[in-house]
Amino acid sequence: MKILVIAEHNNNALKSDTYKTVSAASQIGSDIHLLVAGYNCETVIDEATKITEVATVLKADEACYEYQLAENIADLVFNLGAKYTHILAPATTTGKNFMPRVAALLDVAQISDITEIINGNVFKRPIYAGNAIATVESEDPIKVITVRSSAFDVASRDGNAATVQLELICDSQSSSFVNEELTKSERPELPAADIVVSGGRGMQNGDNFKLLESLADKLGAAVGASRAAVDAGFVPNDMQVGQTGKIVAPNLYIAVGISGAIQHLAGMKDSKTIVAINKDEDAPIFQVADYGLVADLFDAVPELESKL
Amino acid sequence: MDAVERESMEFDVLIVGAGPSGLSAACKIMQLANSDDREISVCVVEKGSEVGAHVLSGAVFDPVALTELFPDWKNQDAPIRTQVKVDLVYFLQDSETAIRIPEFAYPKTMRNEGNYVVSMGNVCRWLGEKAEALGVEVFPGFTAADIIIENDIVKGVITGDMGVGQDGTLKDSYVPGMELRAKQTIFAEGCRGHLGKRLISEFDLSKGKSPQHYGLGFKEIWDVPPEQHQEGLVVHTAGWPLSRFDTQNTGGSYLYHAENGQVVVGLIVDLNYSNPYLSPFDEFQKLKKHPVIAKTLMGGKRVAYGARAIAKGGLNSLPKMTFPGGMIVGCNAGTLNFAKIKGNHTAMKSGMLAAETIYESIVNKNNTSADLISFNDKFASSWIHEELYQSRNFGSAIHKFGPIFGGLYNTIDQNLFNGKLPFRLKDDIEDYKHLKSVSSSQKINYEKHDGVVSFDKLSSVFLSNTNHEEDQPIHLKLTDITVPISVNLKQWDEPAQRYCPAGVYEIVESGNDKTFQINAQNCIHCKTCDIKDPSQNITWVVPEGTGGPNYPNM
Amino acid sequence: MKVIVPVKRVIDYNVKARIKKDQSGIDLSNVKMSMNPFCEIAVEEAVRLKESGIASEVLVVSIGDKSCQEQIRTALALGADRGIQIETDNDLDSLQIAKILKVIVDEEKPKLVILGKQAIDSDNNQTGQMLGALTKMPQGTFASNVDANENQVLVTREIDGGLQTVSLTLPAIITTDLRLNEPRYAKLPDIMKAKRKPITVRNAEELGIDLSSKVKTILVEEPPTREGGVKVEDIEMLIQKLREEAKVI
Repeated sequence: MKILVIAEHNNNALKSDTYKTVSAASQIGSDIHLLVAGYNCETVIDEATKITEVATVLKADEACYEYQLAENIADLVFNLGAKYTHILAPATTTGKNFMPRVAALLDVAQISDITEIINGNVFKRPIYAGNAIATVESEDPIKVITVRSSAFDVASRDGNAATVQLELICDSQSSSFVNEELTKSERPELPAADIVVSGGRGMQNGDNFKLLESLADKLGAAVGASRAAVDAGFVPNDMQVGQTGKIVAPNLYIAVGISGAIQHLAGMKDSKTIVAINKDEDAPIFQVADYGLVADLFDAVPELESKL
Repeated sequence: MDAVERESMEFDVLIVGAGPSGLSAACKIMQLANSDDREISVCVVEKGSEVGAHVLSGAVFDPVALTELFPDWKNQDAPIRTQVKVDLVYFLQDSETAIRIPEFAYPKTMRNEGNYVVSMGNVCRWLGEKAEALGVEVFPGFTAADIIIENDIVKGVITGDMGVGQDGTLKDSYVPGMELRAKQTIFAEGCRGHLGKRLISEFDLSKGKSPQHYGLGFKEIWDVPPEQHQEGLVVHTAGWPLSRFDTQNTGGSYLYHAENGQVVVGLIVDLNYSNPYLSPFDEFQKLKKHPVIAKTLMGGKRVAYGARAIAKGGLNSLPKMTFPGGMIVGCNAGTLNFAKIKGNHTAMKSGMLAAETIYESIVNKNNTSADLISFNDKFASSWIHEELYQSRNFGSAIHKFGPIFGGLYNTIDQNLFNGKLPFRLKDDIEDYKHLKSVSSSQKINYEKHDGVVSFDKLSSVFLSNTNHEEDQPIHLKLTDITVPISVNLKQWDEPAQRYCPAGVYEIVESGNDKTFQINAQNCIHCKTCDIKDPSQNITWVVPEGTGGPNYPNM
Repeated sequence: MKVIVPVKRVIDYNVKARIKKDQSGIDLSNVKMSMNPFCEIAVEEAVRLKESGIASEVLVVSIGDKSCQEQIRTALALGADRGIQIETDNDLDSLQIAKILKVIVDEEKPKLVILGKQAIDSDNNQTGQMLGALTKMPQGTFASNVDANENQVLVTREIDGGLQTVSLTLPAIITTDLRLNEPRYAKLPDIMKAKRKPITVRNAEELGIDLSSKVKTILVEEPPTREGGVKVEDIEMLIQKLREEAKVI
C-alpha cells in the first residue's frame, strides 16, 4: 500500500480536514505521502512534516498552485498518481473539485465521501442524502477517494517527516483565478458550521431567538430552527433544519425547545454530538441526544452562555 | 373575474382528476373515437406530481368495470395479480378478544371471490399509460383551481397559479394559471372534490337527496415476515376499538395480504362520530395492537402511511351527476358501494358511462355543452344502479342501529332479500352535526405509541412523502379566523387537532395565549377538515400543483 | 454557441428512499421519479443563456433506459431544443457516464456543458469534473453565478467559507449549485409542444466505450440509528461533559 494524501490549506496553515484525511489514510496503510501544493506555503510544509502518520511531505510551491485550481492540481496529482495504490483528499469543495479529474485522467473510478474504511478495497459511504449507507468495493488498481472528514479523528502531530521538493509545473492556462470573497462571518452558515444552535416551537416567538443568537455568538455557532418554529412564523425558512430544509452534521448540535419530529431528526442526526434542552422529558429528541437536559430553556440557555 | 391575462386552450373533453373514474372516462372516449376513426381531444389534469401519487384505496378490486374497458387486461401486464383466496370477518369485542363471524352470518356483499388485492395507485399508473397510448393528454402537477361558468354553463376550468408567495405576492417564478376549455368537463376529483362541492351547491345537484356521508380511511403498507404472510388473505373487522354496541362512533378495519410479502392495514372511521375527543388516527394506531392484526404485523416494518376521506352515502345521497357543460363522477359524486366497501369498480363504470354519453352527443352534434341527462338512463339501466340500489341502506343501518344490529339487518337484507327489503333507511343529518360538545362527552386518553406497531402522527406523515412548496398561500381557508379559538375550542376542544390525520391543525399555547396553527405543508389532501369541522369554517382548496403526498403503491 | 446539458432521472426529492429487503439497493418500484434538482438548475441556466441571446441551441442528453426520455421531455418543455437518449440498462459509474458524454461532446462541439454538481441518489459529485478532464476543458464547479460571452465565462463558485470567481476559456464545463437560479415551472402548452421536439436515441453499446464498472455496491443498509445518551443534571455537568467527554467545545 502506498498512499498519497492531498493537503487542504490556505497557504498559511493546514485545515483540520487534512489531519482527518491522514488519519483515514492510516487505516489503509502506513506509507503515507502528503502533497502540499500551493504558493509561498513554507509554513504549511513545516506544519505538514509534524503530522505523525506522514512519512514524506511532497512540496509543490509554485504560483500556478496558489488557488488550487482544479485543472492544475489534477494534472499535478495525475503525474504523481501512478506510483500509488490510494489517493485521498478531503471531501471539501476543494477536494471535490479536482479529485474526479484525477480519477478520470488515471482512468479509474472515484469513491466519494467515504465515512468508513473496511479494508483497502472496501469502503462505506452515504448515499441518498445520508438516508442509506452503501458498502462499495473497488477493483481499480488505484483508488481515488474523497473522505468525509467529520467521520474520522484528527491525526496527532509529533512526527518529523522528510520533505521532497517537486519540480513539476502544471499550468493549464485555461482557467484563472479572479477573486475570492470569504465570508467574514459574524456567524457561520448553517451547512458549514462546526456548531449549530437550533430552536423549536418551545422558543414561543421570534424575539426569543435572540437568546440563541447570543449563545451562538459565544460558541461561534450557526443558528437553526425546526420546521415547527418556521411554520409558526418565528424565523424565516432558510433557517430550517430538516427534511425540506438543510441537512447539517456539525460537531455539536444544541437543540433548544425542539420536540424532535422525525423531519427534524432526519436533518441533524449525523451530528457528532447532540445536546437537547427541553422541559418535556418525554420529548423524542432525548432519544437521539447524547446529552439531555430537562429544564426550562429560558433559564438554561442564559446560564449556559454565562458559564461557557 | 380577475384581471389576470390567461392563456387559453380548447379541448373536446376535459377531465379533472386522474383517478379510476377520470382515467376510465378518458380511455373510454378515446376508444370510442378511435374505433370510429374520429379525431377527438381529451385532456386530463391531475394535481398530484404524477398519476397515482394521490390515489389511496384499500383495495380489494372487483374487475367488472375494467373487464368492460379492457377485456384483455390480463394479458396487458396490469398490476392486478393477487386473487382473493380467503375472506375472514371478525367482530372485535375488546383489545384482546375477537369472534370470527361465519360466512352465513355476514352480508354476502363482503365476500370476495373473483376479486383482487391491488394497489389502486399502481392500477391508475397503468390506466394512465393506457390513456396516453390511446391519445389522451395527461398533465400531472396541474391543478384545477377554478371553474369557468358562463351563462350557467360550465365551460372548463382554470388551472392553478404557480409561484405565488404566502402573502399573495407574485414571485419571480410566477406563472398564471390558464383556461382549459371544453365542450364537456368531467369532474373526477375523488371524494369531496373542492370543485365538485361547489358544483353540487351551484347547480343544486343534491336536491331531494340525503346529505352525503363520509368515512375517514387510513392505510399503511407493511413488509411482514414471510411466515406471517398469506397472499390473497382478506380480513375485515368491526367493533373495537370503535363502538361495539351503540351508534356513536362506528367504523371497521381491513387487513389485506398483497403481493411482494406486503400487507396493507387500515381503519375506516365513520365521520358522523359524536365524541369530539375521538382521534381517528389514534384509534387506528390502537387497532393495530389487537392480536388479530398484530400477529401479522409483529416483526414487520411499516413502509407507507396515508389517509383519505371516502363518500359512502350511496344511492340515497347520490346527487344528480350532470349539469350544463359537465358531469361529476366517481367518488366526487359518491358512487361507492358501501355494502361491498368498494368504490373503484363503480367509479370506473360511472366514468365510462359519462364517456359514452359525451361521445354520443359529440357524434350526434347535439348541443354539446348541454346538460346531458341521457346519462341518467344509462346509469339507471346499468349494473351500477342495481348494485347501489341493493346496498342503499347499508350505511344508514349501521348509523341507525350500530354495528351489531345494523350488521344483522344488513346480513338479512343482503343474504336473504338481495338488498331488496322494502325500506329506505335515510340518514338526513350531516356528519359534522353529530359532534357533541365537550361538556357532554367523555375525554379519551390514548396510550403512548409503542414504536413497534403503533406510531406518532408526524413520523407517519413522513412516510407519505408529503410536501408542498413552502412559500405559497395556505390552502386551508378559514371563513372566519376567530372561530377555531372562540367557538371550536370552547365547544369541541377544536377537534381538528385530532381528526386531521396529518397534524395540520394545532392549538399552540404560549403563556395564556392560544392560537390556531395550520401546518399546511403536512396536508395529505384527505379533505376531512372540509367535511368534519363542526362550524363548517374550513374550506379545502388546491395548493400549488404537485403538492401533497407522493404515495407509492397506495 | 451550443450548450449541452446532461440530465439524470432520479427518485423525486420528496420521496423517502427505502432500502430493498435484500439490501441490494433502493426500492424504486412505482416511486415518483424526477429530474435531478441540480440538473433542473442546469437546464434553467442553459435556457436563460439562450433567452439572453448568448446560446443558440440547448441540447439535452440523458443516459438510461427508455424511461429517462420523460426527463428529456421535461427539459424540452422548459425550453431546451432537442434531446439525445443514450440507451442502456447498465448501472454506470460517473466515469463511464463521462466517457459517453465525451463522445457526444466530440461530435456536437458545444461551447459550454452545464451539469448538476451531483445527483441526489448517488451523491457522487464527479461527472462534470471527469468530463472536464477527458475533454481537457476547464471547469467552474458549484456555480452560483455564470457570466458568459463568446470566448470566456466567469463562474462564481460556492466554496467552503465563501465564494470564488474563476475565469474559464471556452469551451468549458460548469456544474450548478442550488443558488444559481430558481428553475421555472413548465407551462402546459410547452409540455404539449415538447412532445414534438426531436429526441435521438442511441445505443450506449455502439459508442465504443468499455461500460463495465470496477466499483461494485456490495450492500446498502440503513444508517445506524442513534442511541439516546444520558440525561445531565445541570448546566455545569453539561459543560463538563462537552469539554471532557465529547471534546466538542
